[in-house]
Amino acid sequence: MRSIILAGLCSAMLLSGAAYAQSGAPIKIANVAELSGGGATVGTNWKNGIDLAVEEINAKGGILGRKIEVSHADSQSNPGVARAQVQKALDSEPYVLLGPGYSGSVKVTAPLAAEAGITQIMGGEAAELTQAGNKFLFRTSFGQQSSMPKVAKYINDELKAKSVAVVWVNNDFGRGGRDVITKEFNRLGIKVAADLSTEAGQADFAADVSKIKAAAPDAVFIYVNEEESARILKEIKRQGVTAPLIGETTLVGQKVIELAGDAANGARGHVGLTTDAPVEAIKAFRDRFVKKYNYVPDHNGLKGYLAIYMVKATTEKMGKVDSKAFADTLHGLTIKTSTEPNILMDVTFDQNGDIDRQGFLVEVVEGKQVVKQVLPKLN
Amino acid sequence: MSNLLDLIVAGLATGAIYALVAVGFTLLWQTSQTINFAQGEFVMLPAFLMLAVMHLGAPFWLAVLVGVLLSALLLGLAFKMLLVDPMLRHGVLPLAIATMALAIGIKEAVKQFFSAEASPFPSIVPVGDVSVLGRAISLQSLGVLAVAILAVVGLTTLLNRTSLGHQMQAAAQNPTVARIIGVPVERMILLTFLINAVLVALASLLITPIYLAKFSSGEVLGQAAFIAAIVGGFNQVRGAIAGGLLIGVVDNLAAAYVSTQYRAAVPMVLLILVILFRPQGLLGRAEERTV
Repeated sequence: MRSIILAGLCSAMLLSGAAYAQSGAPIKIANVAELSGGGATVGTNWKNGIDLAVEEINAKGGILGRKIEVSHADSQSNPGVARAQVQKALDSEPYVLLGPGYSGSVKVTAPLAAEAGITQIMGGEAAELTQAGNKFLFRTSFGQQSSMPKVAKYINDELKAKSVAVVWVNNDFGRGGRDVITKEFNRLGIKVAADLSTEAGQADFAADVSKIKAAAPDAVFIYVNEEESARILKEIKRQGVTAPLIGETTLVGQKVIELAGDAANGARGHVGLTTDAPVEAIKAFRDRFVKKYNYVPDHNGLKGYLAIYMVKATTEKMGKVDSKAFADTLHGLTIKTSTEPNILMDVTFDQNGDIDRQGFLVEVVEGKQVVKQVLPKLN
Repeated sequence: MSNLLDLIVAGLATGAIYALVAVGFTLLWQTSQTINFAQGEFVMLPAFLMLAVMHLGAPFWLAVLVGVLLSALLLGLAFKMLLVDPMLRHGVLPLAIATMALAIGIKEAVKQFFSAEASPFPSIVPVGDVSVLGRAISLQSLGVLAVAILAVVGLTTLLNRTSLGHQMQAAAQNPTVARIIGVPVERMILLTFLINAVLVALASLLITPIYLAKFSSGEVLGQAAFIAAIVGGFNQVRGAIAGGLLIGVVDNLAAAYVSTQYRAAVPMVLLILVILFRPQGLLGRAEERTV
């Protein structure tokens, strides 16, 4: 008799729980990001972007009437820790997994999320990430396979450089970018005058810059993370290298400009997302972000913000909160600013989880990113 | 060849900073058998103290002054009285481990109170080049080198030419006899802790504009300075200076001519060779203690 009562009680609790989940229970989203370590700038911006979007959506009643609840875990910029944190996050069965931002950490965590059937919206940019047939992985920014050819074309067409020094960080992100751009340089007949691998977290770039000086290239392509970008820019200025400095996203990021000061002036690069973009919605985002956090976000702040609005738009498209159908819905989806203004720019996701959106060529002028050219969305 | 010269100058500038930190290692070891594994964090912290003062609206020069003063208080006085004195009674090893714990504590506290992100830090030397023998050499490298040399010359003069320095040496060489002849040994020991605190604050001021202010930046510095002190000779100030300069240059040359990946290993190899073939260090003397 007692067991029947117990069973009855349990099923009643389960049913009421399910009913609760259907109606007003919060939608749980897990974020694992680089909140400390070498990628702290990346992770902190990403997290702040997420929190801002969640606050906005919750203030307007949430998604389909349900509030969003995000948990944040710190990967310490370490793939091993990221894997453990993602496993822990997946154990609590989130609706969607956000992050990490570092490609190396994405690479080791993506199989876990795919196995759990949970969609992972991440910040990594390494080309290989979306080429492994993972059906649950989505980018928030361009992959290297779409951005690097644009950078190489700019170096060839606009700078007319015949030789380039390539400085890259020896991790999945840096190696991926270096491989793609070197291939592009070969195709365009540009000589790689120096191929310099640097370490993540490297403090002293005197030797690397000496090598650049000795190679005397027409342009220098720099592809390292934010803090290292600032350090190498300072060293380049210190040693008086005058060749044009070109990067992709990180080199001309807001944090780099803040850290490198004057040394960042003149650096140019391609960015998929920038708060200096001549787009009204992005300017408004920037103002809201600055009001809340008192600093200007870099592209990672935008990426985190967009990740949440990707969740919102996809869920509203489905008309229900269904983590299993989420990835299928997002594949091939175009989110327009006319239906979701806070997606900031029209964006399309392909079958690999890669994105198509407009991009920008920028230059740092007197401590500010100035957009020199807008590159339109492809499709 | 010109490349080699650039590398050596840049290496000497970094090495001079290692030397300042390494001198602190030897001073503490001489007077109180303290191996301070938090020495790297001691270099990281003053920059944040100065930044904190600047956040309050103070100009840079005032922030530097207050930063150095706070360093002397925290990393000199408080370090000695709250950690070294109680732990030293239990031997050198427990103290060494306690300083490792302190290193983690300082790092995490800075991360907590400031941020895990790097911050820019103003340079005391302007950016630009000067022409030396027809070659452009960066002002910053020269400035760092000059300040470090001045500090070391000042310290050596203090130790060798003044009565205070002689008392410090006496306290280090034979505390019992020094006490009998009236040297205030305790005060002398405290003085070395204060000197160490000022040296690390100076190193902080010189290195942070280049490496950026970051909670984790002490790790590399502490390790490099420790190796420098051993390679040069743990019981000689001049050994620590030579060791610092040598490690700075070797590190830079290794990065350029060996590989960036293995650069960190080259000073270690040097360390192993010195321990194998000249355990007292290049300029150190066996079984002798002087400051």
